[in-house]
Amino acid sequence: MSRTAADVEERASASPAPTGPPARGEPPASPASRHRTDAAPVRRPRVALTPYALLVPATVVVVLAVGYPLVWQIVTSMQSFGLAQQFGKPAPFVGLENYVALFSDPYTWIVVGRSLLFCAACAVLTMVVGMLLALLMTAVHAWVRITLQIGLLLAWAMPVIAAMTVWNWVFDWRNGILNWLLTGVGLDFDGHNWLQEPLSFFGVATIVVVWMSVPFVAFSLYAGLTQVPGEMLEAAQVDGATPWQRFRDIILPTIRPVVGIVALLQVIWDLRVFSQIKLLQDRGSIAGETNVLGTYIYQLGIGSSDFAMASAMSVFVLLLTVAISWAYVRHLLKEDEER
Amino acid sequence: MTATETRRMAVRSRGGAGARTGIRTDRRPFRPGRLALSALGVVIALVWVFPVYWMLNSSFLDQQTLDAKTPTWTPFGGSIDNFVGILTSGTFFRSLGVSVLIAVVTVTVCLLFAFLAALAISRFRFRGRKAFVIAVLLVQMLPAEGLFIAQYKLVGVSGVNPILGVSILYIAAVVPFTIWMLRGFVAGVPVELEEAAMVDGLSRTQAFMRITFPLLAPGLVASGVYAFLQAWNEFTVALVILQDPNQQTLPLWLRGFIQQSASHAIDWGEVMAASTLVAVPVIVFFVFVQGRMTSGLVSGAVKG
Repeated sequence: MSRTAADVEERASASPAPTGPPARGEPPASPASRHRTDAAPVRRPRVALTPYALLVPATVVVVLAVGYPLVWQIVTSMQSFGLAQQFGKPAPFVGLENYVALFSDPYTWIVVGRSLLFCAACAVLTMVVGMLLALLMTAVHAWVRITLQIGLLLAWAMPVIAAMTVWNWVFDWRNGILNWLLTGVGLDFDGHNWLQEPLSFFGVATIVVVWMSVPFVAFSLYAGLTQVPGEMLEAAQVDGATPWQRFRDIILPTIRPVVGIVALLQVIWDLRVFSQIKLLQDRGSIAGETNVLGTYIYQLGIGSSDFAMASAMSVFVLLLTVAISWAYVRHLLKEDEER
Repeated sequence: MTATETRRMAVRSRGGAGARTGIRTDRRPFRPGRLALSALGVVIALVWVFPVYWMLNSSFLDQQTLDAKTPTWTPFGGSIDNFVGILTSGTFFRSLGVSVLIAVVTVTVCLLFAFLAALAISRFRFRGRKAFVIAVLLVQMLPAEGLFIAQYKLVGVSGVNPILGVSILYIAAVVPFTIWMLRGFVAGVPVELEEAAMVDGLSRTQAFMRITFPLLAPGLVASGVYAFLQAWNEFTVALVILQDPNQQTLPLWLRGFIQQSASHAIDWGEVMAASTLVAVPVIVFFVFVQGRMTSGLVSGAVKG
């Protein structure tokens, strides 16, 4: 990662001399090629430096605030960081020992498994609900659709912290509205604490995360659905295709690109979920039983100042994210090339 | 599918066409029970918006009302005491100041840097361009959760003011996606416009400033709002780095209310009022910029 960023910078500083002609190397200004990509021919030679100069500020700030911490983290993850180091002693290099220790600890695997499971549950639920809502939007009157869109938009706009505060209130064991409702329909939930049991804790977390994520999915998928050719659907209907068949054989293939991207983003976002879990933990549940990747790193690093272990865990999370994100990055890159 | 079935479907669909004239233009994939579906749609909208409503509602009610056995569903008869209490306590404005400062710095610097970079990648072809674009996209995906330990440590060691430190971290976190967003806007302005102006005797820079720049205003506004929302809502990095209560941003300030609750009963009316104060400006901004952000995230997947 940092290597890529560094590469860019290296090239940026090394480039002026060899990069005289535009990289695309097109013959100078043929009048026929009035394509945007041919902006190059118009410029004078000295402009060759300009693009690199334009990239410098953004590159510097990213290298400083992301690249450098990244390198520090990788280095630290291979050092031994004990009490002495907290008082300024240099940390000895231990190679991959931290990683070995980390991954031979069953608790790490519990946290990883928990995160993956939680991520999968949230992503699948969000996609299913989002898809159903998008389909619903296409099937109802415009005013119903707009009502639905306004409702979703307001939920989506809520800052995570404000949303978590409200959900904590809704699930509050003493006076929360949920316990009142459930008790009202004859179930005994008076004074039930939803955040005590890990399973119910994650049930709450799932509801909250799905509630937050569905609007984006529903809006994106709805935008995709408006592109499905209506004639084709009618033709299929005339031929007797059931709604499910129309969905599976016409709608889904048409909107597959959107579905893929949106699903991928959900997985990426749900895997890195931190604020929601942390803010639910604040309400007094046992952190050890509810940690996910993010909160575990927090606990290792900020809680017990074991920066080496926290770094090792962070590096693992970063690798995992980059691996999952790669498909998304490739998609956007293709987009860039098509322009 | 047998022939009779097909025919039956065809007849049904044709027979109904007169009564449902809207269908064809609206391209609806499903038709049964429109009324039931509409009702369902409204119910779902209400369910989704409920927490937002509940926040607003509770923010006007006093603790006694909220502690009562039966909930109060409307804010009528409530008061703005909760808001008054918060606005006069002082801590709100202190955190507001920190949040505004960080957001303003982040938006300004981020827009400037991202604009320059977006210009480079959408108006020039140069060696290393693709590597830069890949780097932008990859950095954008890096989660704060995978970096905050190092950032915490380095801000601490470097001795910079934590507020400045957080601002720099936010700029770096937001700049990649902003570049990506702005790149689309810059590329959307045809370079021919500039070329025409250059034929008329303007320099390249002049042509850009006079012709292209004004056309980019909507893009800059949208990107600016995006950067603002990121900085305003950010929780993780702030939690780790801004540990001094005098330097807390609004999300941390709001968290303080919940945190107390582990030890003693919590005044939910006040907390909801605090939450409302944090959320309302964001909701307004967000509704304004939502379309642009969505299309940036899934760009290309939906052809407009």
